[in-house]
Amino acid sequence: MSIKDKVALVTGASRGIGAAIADKLGAEGAIVIGTATSEGGAAKISERFAEKGIQGVGKVLNVTDADSVAALLKDIQGEFGAPAILVNNAGITKDNLLMRMSDDEWFDVINTNLSAIYRLSKACLRGMMKARWGRIINISSVVGSMGNAGQSNYAATKAGVGGFARALAKEVGSRGITVNTVAPGFIDTDMTKELSDEQKELMQSQIALGRLGQPEEIAGVVAFLASDAASYVTGDTLHVNGGMYMS
Amino acid sequence: MSSIEERVKKIVAEQLGVKEEEVKNEASFVEDLGADSLDTVELVMALEEEFETEIPDEEAEKITTVQLAIDYVNANLG
Repeated sequence: MSIKDKVALVTGASRGIGAAIADKLGAEGAIVIGTATSEGGAAKISERFAEKGIQGVGKVLNVTDADSVAALLKDIQGEFGAPAILVNNAGITKDNLLMRMSDDEWFDVINTNLSAIYRLSKACLRGMMKARWGRIINISSVVGSMGNAGQSNYAATKAGVGGFARALAKEVGSRGITVNTVAPGFIDTDMTKELSDEQKELMQSQIALGRLGQPEEIAGVVAFLASDAASYVTGDTLHVNGGMYMS
Repeated sequence: MSSIEERVKKIVAEQLGVKEEEVKNEASFVEDLGADSLDTVELVMALEEEFETEIPDEEAEKITTVQLAIDYVNANLG
C-alpha cells in the first residue's frame, strides 16, 4: 500500500521544510492539504500544487485555535475524506534569554509548537482509527536534544513532541497507526536565516557533513515514515542533521 | 427498523468482536466483554455514527455497560 491517493495534511506548508514535505508527499501521489496562516499563503500553496501537478489545495489554519482546527477537518473530510497522514510541521521561534523572556514569548511558542500537535492529532485520530491505518509525523528539532541558549521555550516544545509521539504511539499502535518524530538539524530556511552569522558559523563547524541541510532532505525522511517501508517504525525520533548531533 | 436496543447490541458485538448473544444488557464492556480503554472510545464513536449524534466526553466516560449505552441513546434521541 503506497501513499498514492491518501489524504495528507501538512501544517505550515507555505515555505521552508513544510513546503518541501507537502511537495514531496504530493509528488508521491498523495492528496495534500497544506496549511498557511493567511488566505494569501493558502492561495500560494494551491498555485504551487497546480504548477507541480500535485493533487490537493492550500487551506487557512490557525493551529492555536481549536475552532479553526475543527472547521478545517470538517472541510477536508467533506472534500477529500479523512486525513490518513498528518504532518505536524507548523512552528515558530521567539528567542530570548530565559531571564528576559516574557510570558507571551513562552506561551506563544508552547501553544503553536506543542499544543497544536495535541489539537491536530486528536482531530485526525478518529479517521485513522476507523481506517486502521494512519501516520502522524511531528517535526521537532535538533535543539530539542542539544539545547540552544536563547531557545528554552522552543527547545522545551521540540523535546516535548518526542515524548508526545512515544506515548501516543503506544496508545494507538494496535490500530495500525504509527507516530514518529523527525528532528532536523541546521536546515537552509527562513527560520535559520534569522540566526546571526556567528551562530551560523559555529553551528556549521559542528556539522560532520560540513554544510547546511536542504528542506528536501527532511522531506525525504518524512515521506519514508509515511510510506509502507516504515510500517514497523513507531515512537521513534529520526535525527536528520548531517552529523551535527549524534545520539 | 430494529429497536434501539437491538441496534446498540449489534454495534457492541461488531466493535468488540463478540457474539451478539454474549451482549447481555448488564454486561460491562471492559469486565465482561474484554474491551480495552481504546475499544470503549471506538465503541462510542460507532454509537455516535449509528445514531447520528455527538456524545460529549464526560458523558461517554459514564457509558460502561450495554444497558447504560441503551439508556443514553433512549434519553438523548428520539
